[in-house]
Formats: sequence, C-alpha cells, structure tokens
Amino acid sequence: MRELAYYEAKLEALREIIAADDSVHYISDIATGFLGLSPHRVKFAEIARDFPDRVIAPPISELAFCGLAIGAAMKGLRPVVDLITASFALEAWPQIVNEAANAYYMSGGQTRVPVVFHLLHGLRGGGAAQHSHSPQAMLWNCPGLEIVLPSSPRDVKGLLKTAVNSNNPTVFIDHVRLFDCRGDVPENDDAIPFGQADIKRKGSDVTVVATSFMVQRSLDAAERLAREGIQVEVVDPRTLVPLDFETIMASVEKTGRVVVVDECHRSCGVAAELVARIVEAGFDKLKAPIRRVVRLDVPVPYSLPLEEAISPSEECIVDAIHATVR
Amino acid sequence: MLVIRHFEERLISLHDQGHTRGHYHVYIGQEATGVPAISCLAPGDSLFSTHRNHGHLLARGAEPARLYAEILGRSDGYNRGKGGTLHTAVSALGFHHTSAIVGGIIPLATGVAFAAKARKTGELAVCLFGDGALEEGAAPEALNIASLWKLPVLFLCENNGKYGADRRVAAAQSPNMAAYPLTDLPKAYKIPAVQVDGTDAGEVYSAASDAVEKIRRGQGPQFIETQTVRWPGNEENWPVAPVATRVSLAWDASPVPEKQREWYRSCDPVLIFARELVERGVATKEALVALEDDVLKDIDGAVRFALASPYPEPEEALRDVFAAEGRP
Repeated sequence: MRELAYYEAKLEALREIIAADDSVHYISDIATGFLGLSPHRVKFAEIARDFPDRVIAPPISELAFCGLAIGAAMKGLRPVVDLITASFALEAWPQIVNEAANAYYMSGGQTRVPVVFHLLHGLRGGGAAQHSHSPQAMLWNCPGLEIVLPSSPRDVKGLLKTAVNSNNPTVFIDHVRLFDCRGDVPENDDAIPFGQADIKRKGSDVTVVATSFMVQRSLDAAERLAREGIQVEVVDPRTLVPLDFETIMASVEKTGRVVVVDECHRSCGVAAELVARIVEAGFDKLKAPIRRVVRLDVPVPYSLPLEEAISPSEECIVDAIHATVR
Repeated sequence: MLVIRHFEERLISLHDQGHTRGHYHVYIGQEATGVPAISCLAPGDSLFSTHRNHGHLLARGAEPARLYAEILGRSDGYNRGKGGTLHTAVSALGFHHTSAIVGGIIPLATGVAFAAKARKTGELAVCLFGDGALEEGAAPEALNIASLWKLPVLFLCENNGKYGADRRVAAAQSPNMAAYPLTDLPKAYKIPAVQVDGTDAGEVYSAASDAVEKIRRGQGPQFIETQTVRWPGNEENWPVAPVATRVSLAWDASPVPEKQREWYRSCDPVLIFARELVERGVATKEALVALEDDVLKDIDGAVRFALASPYPEPEEALRDVFAAEGRP
C-alpha cells in the first residue's frame, strides 16, 4: 500500500482522468485554482503543460464559463469547471442551480449534463465573509445536483473519477485544509461509487456523522476521547446526493447517540437535514438528544480569534460528545 | 409561417378555454425571423430558445400535436409535461434545453459551440433570444468568450421591443439599454453584427445564410439583430388576438379592428410575405388560401390529439431527476 498526501492523490486523479478521456476539459480562470492558494498549487502547472488544449483559462466570468461548461456537457463533453473558492459559485448560481440542475428533468430525460463543478469550501483561515462559504446545504436544496464531499486521499481520487464519469451535474466540494493530510491510496485504485458512506473509525458509544474536513477533525476528537474510554464511530457520507442513509442509520441503531459535525451555518445546514432524517427514521433508537457542531449563524469574521469563535472546533466536538454520552 | 401563426392563435383560444396553466408567450409577429434563419441550418446544429420558443420549434419541424400536448401538460408532450410552454426541448431537432431565464441560454449556446469546436464537428449553435436578454450580465460575459475563442455560434437577437406600427418609432432606442444600436454591444467585443428588418423574410434569410457560412468557414461568432414591431396582441399581460388571422387580410385588412389595423397592414411579417409571393408570381392568392385551409385542418388535428392525450401519472413527477450511470 502506498501513502500519498491528499493533494497528490487529487492531482493524480485529475491527470489520469484527462489522460484517459479526451472529452474532459479543465476550465478555470486561475490556472492554479485546483489546489487553491495552498503552496502545492504550482504542481498543477505540470498538468497544464502536458495538456495545453484541455486546460482552458476563460475570463473572470463565472456565470458565462459555468454556462459554457454546461452547454458543452449537453453536447457530450465532460468539463471539470473550477470555481476555486466555493463563494464564487454564487456568481454562477443561475447557471448551476437553474440551468444545469433542471435540464435533465425539464427535458423529460432527453438532455444529460455531465459537468463537474469544483469548489473549495469552508473556513480556510483569513477568508473572511466573502471567501468562506460552505454552499453544500444551499445546493442540497436544488434537486438535480449530485454533491460530493471528499475527506481523505483515497476518497478524493476515487470520488473525482466517479464525478467525471457521472451523467449528472456534480458539485465536487473540497477543502483546502485537507490537502496535507496523508493516507493510503492503492495503485490503480477503482473509482468510489456515489452513495456509499464510509465508516472512518469504528466505535460503539456514539456515532459522529461528519463531512469533508470535519471528518479529520472528528477523527482527532475521537482519538482524544478513546483515551478516556469513549469509543466514537465516525461515519462519513462522502456524498450528500445520493445519500447512503442506511449506513448512517445502522450506526445510529448500534450506538443510540449521535453528534453531527458540519461546517455549514447552523440554520438549514447539512447537519440540520441529517438530524431531521435521523429523528424521523429512528427517534425510538436514540438514548440522548442529538447534538450539532456547526458554524455559528454569523458572517465569517476575518480576525483569527473571531474566526475560531464561530468554528466547529475539535474542542466543540469533544464537548458535544461528552454531553451526548453523559 | 402560417403554421406558427395559426398554432399560436389557437393556443390563445385554448388558454381562454382554461386548457393551459400559467403564463405563456406567443411568437406572432416574429415569424419572418425564425423561419428563414432556421432554414439555413444543418441537421446536426443546435438551437437554444427562450420562453418564446413555440415558433422556433415549429420552424425546425416540431410536431404541432406534441408541442400542444406539452403546453397542455399532457403525457404525449415532448417532455412528458415536465417542461411546458417555457421549457419545451426536442433534442432530436437540436433543442437540448430551452430556458425561460432571460439571458440564460447565451452562455449555454456558447458552450455547445465550444464542444463543436473542440470536437471539430463542423456543427454550430444558434442562440435565439429577445432584446431584453442583452440587459443581463450573462450576455456580455458570453459574447466576450465566444469572440475570444472564435466559437461557431450565431447570436440571433429578435428585437420585438418596439411598440407601435410606425417604422420610425420601431427604430427607436430601447429605454433600458444605454448601448444603441444594440449591435454596438457585440461590436464592442469584435463580433460582426448586422441589423435587419425582421418582417422581411428575404432580408433575414440573406443575413442568416451569410452569417452561417462565415461561421462554418471558421470566422467565429456572428450577431444578427432582427427588428420587428411588437404585435398589438402582446400589449396586454396575456396575449389577446385582435383578429383571427387569414391570409386574405394581406389584401383586405378591414376585418381587423381599426386600432390594431395598421400593424396587420404594414408590420405583419406573414401578410407581408404573402403579398410578396403573389406579387412575384410565386403563388396565387387562391393557392395561399388553399394552403392556409390545410394548415388550419392540421392545427385542428393537433389540438384534438393534445386534448385527447392523458395527463401524466403522478409518479412521473419523480422521474428524470437524475440520469442513469454509464456512457451513452
């Protein structure tokens, strides 16, 4: 088994995808956007150099280049559109939400839109209010979009391959704070199907359902709590649409205690929806009230202690688990 | 053009009888824009239309019966009742997606052109939109990209924003656009752009065939503004036909109420074309009347088909949210 950094697995996936399929174009108005502002961003230049006709740099026109990618997908290409900072997807909202998400349905199943939108969401440190959105909950309110939230090197590679192969518009929502985490990535690993949650850590006392970077933070919290004798099971849905609710409920039935950790704002966030579904399906299985660990309902402040004050921190996760198992 | 005119007029009756839901938009007065322009296209070309799409679809060969069925929300509609008047798509005819969001199709058509160029198919995309679409930010963003990358796309702006039968009034500036004429906007992005009289089928055909040829030769996007005078039936919130059109109005407009008569006399593209055909000896008045009788019979049949088509089962609402896996 080989170990890779997250960013290496992600780059390897994109390279393999572009090399294998000439219908894939990578479209981004900033050439190094795939790895955000991380120091590894320069590594992307090698892909741009090797596939000059397939790495496309449009003007700073998110609305138009997302629409362009959607139109190209309608005609059989499989574009990967990089919006880089997830907040920028708001500039393209009419195309993503009102054109791409609706096209297959409105046409009565005639027109497929196999496009991937790549976004980097969440609190990245100093992003302030306009560069820190986690729009997955907003997008989950728009039927027709597949929503992917990888959290490990193996997942980012396997899920990106599935995203590009999907015949539906797929929002691939990544997190820059994952880029340096390391993990096993088998050579020639298969694509990871959508709708298969992954138990990232087994435990018997409490179920933590976490997404994206919050999976890693929850694993750190679980490690700490293990030293106190609390066995935390960490369930990572990996895709919100489609959602593997069975795996989540199997864990809930086993532990009877649930904490949901997600970086969206509290109100109508991903955690809110997951909690609602768990309560609807398994109220009688719960031994304690469910807790949410989420971003507070304020715009994201710039200053470090202020940003930390509204973040779903490891401390908050530990506190929520303590309150649940008490 | 007669099929479109009678299709739309009958749709207004169907609406007034309570057979349709919600708002709808008719193409009356713009027939000489869509019909000649679309006749210049090849089978593999793609077309994007708006909320005012019925005429474009019919011009490309859509069946009136299935189009009515879609507009009436029936199961035999092209989209099984899930698109309706605003979103009828007929992929086999190149209409992959019809958007009722003003300006929404301009980036999409540009994207289809991107795919055609990437794959070197020789196909092109046509984007059919109204003058209002140029007020949306999507328009300049997409025009810029289409021009930068020399994409094979024809932007056909159907300017129906002009009220009144007076041609000089018709040429007046849109109250919502600082850019005047509208072709200044594409020209700023170095896209060749022409204005033509949208009630003159021959003029539209010349401009469209010239533009299509340039696009196929790899000269990049082209822009045509067709100017039509807004049909007086569109002056209310809902279409109201002042008169049931008959081709005989081309020679005697007296059946039209006086208030709207001037439009039928001097601005109606269907009647203008009918007069032209007769004056040039291409058809006789009698032949046109006989043709119209056939069209009216076909429309009758199409309406019967649509009204007889069942509504979709409720389960249909849950289908087609996602496409299945696997490469097509």
